[in-house]
Amino acid sequence: MSLKDTLFTEAEQKALFDHTFLARERLEEQYASLPHQSETAAFGMWVFLATEVMFFGTLFLSVGAYWCLAPEVIERASLELNWIIGGINTLVLLVSSLMMVLAIHSAQINRQSDVYRYLLLTAGLGVCFLCFKALEYYIDYRENLIPGFKFDEAEWVSRGVDASQIGYVKIFLFLYWTMTGFHALHVTIGIVAVLVMAVLTRRGHFSAEYYSPLDVTGLYWHFVDVVWIFLFPALYLLGTHRL
Amino acid sequence: MTTATLLPPAPQPAEPPAERSNYLNVSYGVVSWLLTKDHKRIAILYLISVTVMFLLGGVAISIVRLHLMTPQGALVSADTYNRLFTMHGVIMVFFFLVPVAPAVLGNFCLPLMIGAKDLAFPRINLLSWYLYVIGGAWTLWAMLTEGVDTGWTFYAPYSSQATHYNVVPTLIGLVLAGFSSLFTGLNFIVSTHWLRAPGLTWFRLPIFVWAMYGTSFISLLAVPVLAMALILLMLERLLHIGIFDPALGGDPLLFQHLFWFYSHPAVYIMILPGMGIVSEVIPCFARKALFGYTFVAFSSLAIAFLSFLVWAHHMFVAGITLYAALIFSCLSFLVAVPSAIKVFNWTATLYKGSIAFETPMLFCLGFVALFTAGGLTGLFLATLGVDIHVHDTYFVIAHFHFIMVGGMVMAYMGGLHFWWPKMTGRMYSQWWSRLAALIIFVGFFLTFLPQFIVGYNGMPRRYYQYVPEFQVWNVLSSAGASILAVGYVLPLAYLIYSLRYGPRTGNNPWGATGLEWQTASPPPRDNFDVTPTVVRGPYEYDTGKAQNEP
Repeated sequence: MSLKDTLFTEAEQKALFDHTFLARERLEEQYASLPHQSETAAFGMWVFLATEVMFFGTLFLSVGAYWCLAPEVIERASLELNWIIGGINTLVLLVSSLMMVLAIHSAQINRQSDVYRYLLLTAGLGVCFLCFKALEYYIDYRENLIPGFKFDEAEWVSRGVDASQIGYVKIFLFLYWTMTGFHALHVTIGIVAVLVMAVLTRRGHFSAEYYSPLDVTGLYWHFVDVVWIFLFPALYLLGTHRL
Repeated sequence: MTTATLLPPAPQPAEPPAERSNYLNVSYGVVSWLLTKDHKRIAILYLISVTVMFLLGGVAISIVRLHLMTPQGALVSADTYNRLFTMHGVIMVFFFLVPVAPAVLGNFCLPLMIGAKDLAFPRINLLSWYLYVIGGAWTLWAMLTEGVDTGWTFYAPYSSQATHYNVVPTLIGLVLAGFSSLFTGLNFIVSTHWLRAPGLTWFRLPIFVWAMYGTSFISLLAVPVLAMALILLMLERLLHIGIFDPALGGDPLLFQHLFWFYSHPAVYIMILPGMGIVSEVIPCFARKALFGYTFVAFSSLAIAFLSFLVWAHHMFVAGITLYAALIFSCLSFLVAVPSAIKVFNWTATLYKGSIAFETPMLFCLGFVALFTAGGLTGLFLATLGVDIHVHDTYFVIAHFHFIMVGGMVMAYMGGLHFWWPKMTGRMYSQWWSRLAALIIFVGFFLTFLPQFIVGYNGMPRRYYQYVPEFQVWNVLSSAGASILAVGYVLPLAYLIYSLRYGPRTGNNPWGATGLEWQTASPPPRDNFDVTPTVVRGPYEYDTGKAQNEP
């Protein structure tokens, strides 16, 4: 017996397959039933997220490595980041994750108009996050925090960083841009996915029996949220104990 | 069953194969191939693309070998020499060895072996091929226009500041190719978990599937790290911010850590599928069940796991601490344990078997011999003191070519010859294919055995000139390479010839017991007319119940 057969009885599989016209349309040929297809899709997303952990993990490792090499300088550099906007964005993303959960819950109890509304809210909060992020990037630009593009070494020397250590400041800021940049890219992809799901919901694509794409999009959205939860302290709060 | 009954393959009069609908004749035209979601067609697309890449990588190294015939190296300039060996390394590692077995043989066989109609995500499977082709074309363009001279390892700071060639475009191509193997791995893991046929428990899976599972596990966890390391390198090069470059305050060791965190496990991405293929072929042609199935299955996972704990053995002389080096040295020795388990089990499988020396078997026996030699020399390199002596010499080159070429390419050829009748429904010439196996084996030994000797005597790798004492060994090696080249061109000829003129085979020309042999050759679009129910293990050869036994 394979796993799918132990999880779903034959009657369950048959009931789904026979009674939902929708189901017949959504089922791909390599699957035995819709629950089988949904479980596989969710598993696939979990595996993909494991690779994403490694992707961001490399950057976290780099921050950690340089933090160990030059803790004072890195923490001093971290203090220049805008932790207030970063904090607001943390809240925004957490609330957006709640909206995503509510969307999936509404799908489970088959209230399609609520699904639509919550998905729009999720995407809206995502856009809100990006706007705050853009504002923060603009402030960083004004404050000469872009190494290799707009960066003032003399300013950092006047802040008490030794001239020979400026390299670490640059590396930290470089990692800050790379990490938040990749995260923002993930948020953008997430927003597009959520909007596509909203359109599909509007067209009556999902039902209480089948909402697998919603589920998978939700997993992805939560992951993007969780990355930020780790990213925020690792970049913004690194030096706050020195305040 | 004896050798004589295997050949010539008996045509099956009951079902005229020409009229049967299969994945090849179900639709025609370029578009039907380029937009296919069929794992079998995607495997064929991959087969064509990796073969092209293999030939290009081979041409690059042929010029290098010709150049090394004389100590002064009269053929190409030092600069061109650097770009040629880099091209060889980059193409062979990232565009041949890593994708070859999963993307060609795995794509074709894995769904058949688990009794599924397709992989879990066919569209992602097609996407992975497109990523491979775009990445490959892009990298080729970068390497053929200006070239890259960093070697396939792209060590910083050389790759970040010192070289002026096309590093960034090459890296973009590599990242794309990386995601292609990541998506293949994702598909394999999900399919193995969720799409097995009824009755196909984990311990009834063929070892090839276990090997693919281990390979996929490595791809999934290691590729993202490489991708990010290469992206950081690109940004460093473009923006001149030294995350890896010591002149700018960065740490070059960090790049080596990140690079080898991918690239050492990638070595097992390259060899594990080969071990899987051998575990299929040897029981079939020894007519015996695989000895110690559970041990072989778990040793694949053990290798996948250990592969993540040994990366710093590439950096013994790069400035890591002695204690770190000691620990990585010990962990590297551990890899020998699951590898040896496999070799012993293959040998035990052969013991008292009724062995038939068909072409796939010849290749796989070659694999066992060469892999063992390559693995044993690996222990030399894992030993701290010896490694300091032979580090960055031809000894290292010879060691990993024994594993990669002697091991993986032999196993891949074995697998290709084993499943060729299943893929095409036609049989190739036995005489020519056995000759090719022999030529490759001899050519391989002649090419790489001298390299152990010059390497041990101190000839450094990647130099375009050498002291005259080494000339005789280098000439031998180049002569061997030309024999090897003949060996690789031969299969190209007789396999293509067999597509049109080869005799049609039955569904199961080798009398093998795997699930993939129970469907037609070539398989129908949906793989099986009726989803099979599995009631036994994969290697029940000794029970006398092999399918389609004449």
